[in-house]
Amino acid sequence: MMRPTPPDVLPLRHLLTTDGLSRLQILSILDLAESFLPVGARAVKKVPLLRGKTVVNLFFEPSTRTRMTFELAAKRLSADVLNLDVAHSSTRKGETLLDTLRNLEAMQMDMLVVRHAESGAADFFARHAAPHVSVLNAGDGRHAHPTQALLDMFTIRRHKADFTALTVVIVGDVAHSRVARSQIHALRILGVPDIRVVAPRTLLPVDIETLGVRVVPHLETALRDCDVVITLRLQRERMQGTFLPSEGEYFRHYGLDAARLALARPDALVMHPGPINRNVEIASAVADGPQSVILEQVTNGIAVRMAVMAQVLGRAPGRESAA
Amino acid sequence: MILWDTPRVAAHIDALANAIGARYAAALQPPLLVGIHTGGAWLAQALHRRLEDTLALDEPAGTVDVSFYRDDLARSGVPPQARPSQVSTSVDGREIVLIDDVLYTGRTVRAAMNELFDYGRPAAIRLAVLVTRNGRQLPVAPDFPAEMLSLEPGERIKLAGPDPLQLHLLRSSPSAHDATDAP
Repeated sequence: MMRPTPPDVLPLRHLLTTDGLSRLQILSILDLAESFLPVGARAVKKVPLLRGKTVVNLFFEPSTRTRMTFELAAKRLSADVLNLDVAHSSTRKGETLLDTLRNLEAMQMDMLVVRHAESGAADFFARHAAPHVSVLNAGDGRHAHPTQALLDMFTIRRHKADFTALTVVIVGDVAHSRVARSQIHALRILGVPDIRVVAPRTLLPVDIETLGVRVVPHLETALRDCDVVITLRLQRERMQGTFLPSEGEYFRHYGLDAARLALARPDALVMHPGPINRNVEIASAVADGPQSVILEQVTNGIAVRMAVMAQVLGRAPGRESAA
Repeated sequence: MILWDTPRVAAHIDALANAIGARYAAALQPPLLVGIHTGGAWLAQALHRRLEDTLALDEPAGTVDVSFYRDDLARSGVPPQARPSQVSTSVDGREIVLIDDVLYTGRTVRAAMNELFDYGRPAAIRLAVLVTRNGRQLPVAPDFPAEMLSLEPGERIKLAGPDPLQLHLLRSSPSAHDATDAP
C-alpha cells in the first residue's frame, strides 16, 4: 500500500542546518508547506495533525518573528506549546543545558525548538536528546537558521518558476549572519547558478567563496539583472569592536534604495529576514515598495515551520534519516 | 485489474448526477460539490460538468485532502503527496455534497467532515460515492444510491484517472495492510 520511500527523501528527525540536505528533502518540505498555506486563510486556522504532541520553544536569545511563528505553527497543528523564557528560567540560576534538557524530557516533550547565541547549541541538544525527541534549530550563533532559509526558498519559488535560472544577490552583514549561510546552502542545493555576495570587507568571512558564491565588491555591479535581492540586517549586537565607520556610511555604500534596485530586473524580489533597520540596510520606500515580499516571508514562515514540524514529528517509525 | 471500464464508470456517474440533480431540483440555493482527493476530486469534476447547468452551480467543485485530519499519523507519518485543499470560503449555511470514489471504513469521510467544519458551518453535508464496500468502522452511509461490492481480505478498489476514469480492483497479501490503516 505504501510506496517505498527513496533514501534521499527520508524524513528528518532533527532540522539543524540546510547544509547537507538533499534537493528532494527541501522540495518535499516546500511542497508540504504549500498545503499548509491555505489553512491560514480559513475560518478555523488549525488542523488536528499534531494533537497531543508537546513542543517546547527554548529561546536563549531574543526573537519576535521566529518565536511567534514557531509558536503559531505548532498551535495551528494542534500541538501544545511551552515557551521557555530563558531570562526568567533556572538556567539563570546555573542549571546546565543538559539538566534543562533532561527536565524538559521529564515533562514528556516531543520537540525542542532552540535558539542560542552559541554556534552548535542546537546540535548539542540533538546529540543528547532522548530518541523520541526532535530538535529544530531556530538559529545558533553565526552557524545556521535552517527554517528561515527554507521559508525564503518557499517565497522565491512562489514567484520564480526555476531555481536553475536565477541570479540571487545577498547584501549585508554576511559575517554575522546564520541566515546568509543557511540561504547559500539551500540556494546551492536547489541549483541556483549565480549567487552574488556583497558586503564591506570587515563583514565578509574570508572563506565565503568556498560555499560556491561570488564576492562582488560593488552593490551596483552585483544588482545588474538579478532576480532576487536579499538584504541582511546589520547585527549590531554581535559586533564587538569597530566593523563600520557609521550607519550612514554603510547605507551610502551598501543600502538598497530605489535607484540601486532599478538596476535589477524589473520583477526582482526584495527580501529581508527581519527585523529591518530602516534606512540602514534598506530604504523605507524599497522595504514597503511593490517588489518587497518581506511581509509575505513572515506569513510563509508559518506554513514552512508547520511543514517542518509535521514532517519531523509525523515521520513513520523506522522511516527516518540520520541527519 | 479493471473492474469497471470507462463507459461503465460514466454510466454510474450519470446515475449519481441524476440522483443529485433530482434532490436539489427545487432547492433555493445550489449545493457545493466537494471531492475528496484524489478519486473523489475527479468524480466531483465529472459531476460538476453534468450538473453545472441544471442546478445553476455557482462555485467550482472544491477538493479536500484529508492528510492533516487522518487518525493514523503515528502509524503512517505525513504523506509526502499531501495537496492543498480548495474549498469555497463561504460554506456557512450551504448544503455540501461530499464526494468520494469508494466508501470503505468511513474514516476518510469523518476526516473530511472535520476539515469542512474548519471552513465554516455548512447547513448540511450529504455523501455521494460511486461504490460502497464491506468493512465499515464508523456509522457513515451514502445519501445517494451507490453500487455495493463485497471484497475479500487483501482486495481493494480505487478509481483510476483522471482520464480515462476506470474502477480498478487491486490485490495484495492481507498482511500488507490491515483495514484500520485506511482512513
